[in-house]
Amino acid sequence: MNILVCVKRVPAPGSKINVTSDGMAVDAAHLGFTTSPHEECALEEAVQITERDGGQVTVLTLGPVEAEEQLRYAASVGAHKIILVPTDGSAWDPQRTASALTEAIQTAEEANNQPFELILFGNESADSGGFQVGVRVAHKLGRPIVNAIKGIDPSDCAVTARREIDAGFEVYNVPTPAVLGVKEGINLPRYPTMKGRLASKKAELTNAEITAKAGGQTLVRLHRPAEQASNTEILGTDESAAVAIVDILEEIGVC
Amino acid sequence: MSLLVVLDHDRGTWSEANDEAMTAAHTLAADMGVQIDVALVGDGALDLSGQARAAGAAVVHVANHPMLTDFGPEAVGETIVQLIGAASPDAVMAVGTSRGNEILAQIAARMDLPFVANCMSVTPGDGAWSITRIQWGGSLLEDTTLVTDGPKLLTYGHHAVLAEAAPAPGAGIVEEFTPDLDGSLARTIVVDRDVQQAGVTLSTASVVVSGGRGVGSAEGFEQLEELADLLGGRVGCSRAVTNLGWRNHTDQVGQTGTRIAPEIYIATGISGAIQHWVGAMASKRILAINIDAEANMVVKADYAVIADLHKVVPAITAEIKRRKGL
Ligand SMILES: Cc1cc2nc3c(=O)[nH]c(=O)nc-3n(C[C@H](O)[C@H](O)[C@H](O)COP(=O)(O)OP(=O)(O)OC[C@H]3O[C@@H](n4cnc5c(N)ncnc54)[C@H](O)[C@@H]3O)c2cc1C
Ligand SMILES: Nc1ncnc2c1ncn2[C@@H]1O[C@H](COP(=O)(O)O)[C@@H](O)[C@H]1O
Repeated sequence: MNILVCVKRVPAPGSKINVTSDGMAVDAAHLGFTTSPHEECALEEAVQITERDGGQVTVLTLGPVEAEEQLRYAASVGAHKIILVPTDGSAWDPQRTASALTEAIQTAEEANNQPFELILFGNESADSGGFQVGVRVAHKLGRPIVNAIKGIDPSDCAVTARREIDAGFEVYNVPTPAVLGVKEGINLPRYPTMKGRLASKKAELTNAEITAKAGGQTLVRLHRPAEQASNTEILGTDESAAVAIVDILEEIGVC
Repeated sequence: MSLLVVLDHDRGTWSEANDEAMTAAHTLAADMGVQIDVALVGDGALDLSGQARAAGAAVVHVANHPMLTDFGPEAVGETIVQLIGAASPDAVMAVGTSRGNEILAQIAARMDLPFVANCMSVTPGDGAWSITRIQWGGSLLEDTTLVTDGPKLLTYGHHAVLAEAAPAPGAGIVEEFTPDLDGSLARTIVVDRDVQQAGVTLSTASVVVSGGRGVGSAEGFEQLEELADLLGGRVGCSRAVTNLGWRNHTDQVGQTGTRIAPEIYIATGISGAIQHWVGAMASKRILAINIDAEANMVVKADYAVIADLHKVVPAITAEIKRRKGL
């Protein structure tokens, strides 16, 4: 099965998220970057499927040229081909992102002479969380899509997909070529091996220059939500604090 | 002139998120100067028209079709698109549950319109609408403008609005609607359900005892299990723990895990990264047990013990047993 995975480069903030002075981006001066977690799992799933059933995994990202780092990482954990749609680094709105990704996918499929049987997205991107790019791309391609998927089982001409709901799972049987929005927890992503790291340096990077027009949602400013001031009451510095803790548990009626 | 609210239900069982949807709708519809209409799709929808009326709906659109027995994002999305064509609402909204966001994304994709997910506050305007929405699962907010010739499409963040009783019931005029659905849309309709034993879940537990990297091993969680069992609660964990394979992802609290809201959250050996914090911040009280007095979890908690969790947790268990004479 030939599978395409769309991943996004996002900063990895620690205890709080700082914003640049113009309010247009997360201040990443002192931060590392990572791949959005749902998408990391989507990639792992794609690699596991191709390891089992054969085929290739292609990873596509739209972002600044530095997003090559996330593509190389993808190659180090098993992706065969990597494609970058370079931007100037500004945040693209969901409609614009979806148009550009669709065009890049169509170009890649033409080069392959066949559609990707499966395209995986994250359920939502970790930073902007628009909950829509995958759905828009699937619709433009005329393919089925279901979100919130935590289980994928490919068979001939279809994939069985499991969606987590409150009391268990809903099961979908989606004909291929199909598109799915995947959630973290579907698997445990592997770490790159030394061999994988070396191979990733050699992976050939395709650049797909694409222009797409802005959509109707425009970023004005990012800001942090108001924080409640907290006055932490220190109950102790050793296990004798257990007495005070159980007093509290009794007081609030959970013990 | 109307605001169309897409309500959720499961074969006729009203979703609690609908109460939030209607509360948000009352504010937005008043600001827009329009009436609230609702859409209920699928089997059992008609039974809910009374509830929709009580919640303030002027018109209750009930869409039914043999294909709409179970959820299917494409079939439901297409149904609402046809309803929009027939009823011409000025805006369409839902609550940003998993389904709510997916349905609105389907509508947006089909109509090629912008869609703003997980709004906190919405200020309608003649041209652009000014919206504040959630990024990073709630760790960051985005002010954004929405400009479109078509209906405005948006969801409110789940739990961003506190559900309130409707100011007054609506006229609740039921209008039944049969969409014209292509058979191919069956491709994304639920074919089966795998329903598991409910019981106390992480999201509904009144006590959550959570462990992070500081727990040190999968076995280290046994102490947390014992305490959680004693309190009728559940064990949670951080993403570091899930990634190490010590616990299943179903236990993970945070942006990409579960949002919890217990009476008390006992966070042990967890540093309190922002992505963990957003999943825990709705807890009524937080007790942090950490060797680092500067850890974000400690700084933000209501109570803290600065000590080794492996000493403190068994001591809490022992103290409870002592008091209960166990
Ligand atoms: C996009 C994105 C999404 C994410 N989503 C989530 C999410 O949903 N949930 C989540 O949890 N994380 C999430 N993360 C990861 C998050 O950023 C942190 O890496 C993670 O929460 C750290 O876990 P931790 O606190 O267990 O580990 P650490 O940060 O390593 O903290 C360990 C803590 O244990 C304390 N400690 C050590 N030994 C002891 C001891 N013996 N007794 C008491 N205390 C001790 C230390 O002082 C320290 O504070 C996400 C990250 C990204 C980038
Ligand atoms: N810049 C991007 N590059 C590649 N994929 C993306 C990008 N933005 C979003 N996606 C994909 O679309 C999914 C949904 O994104 P969003 O609509 O922003 O929540 C993400 O989980 C990614 O799989």
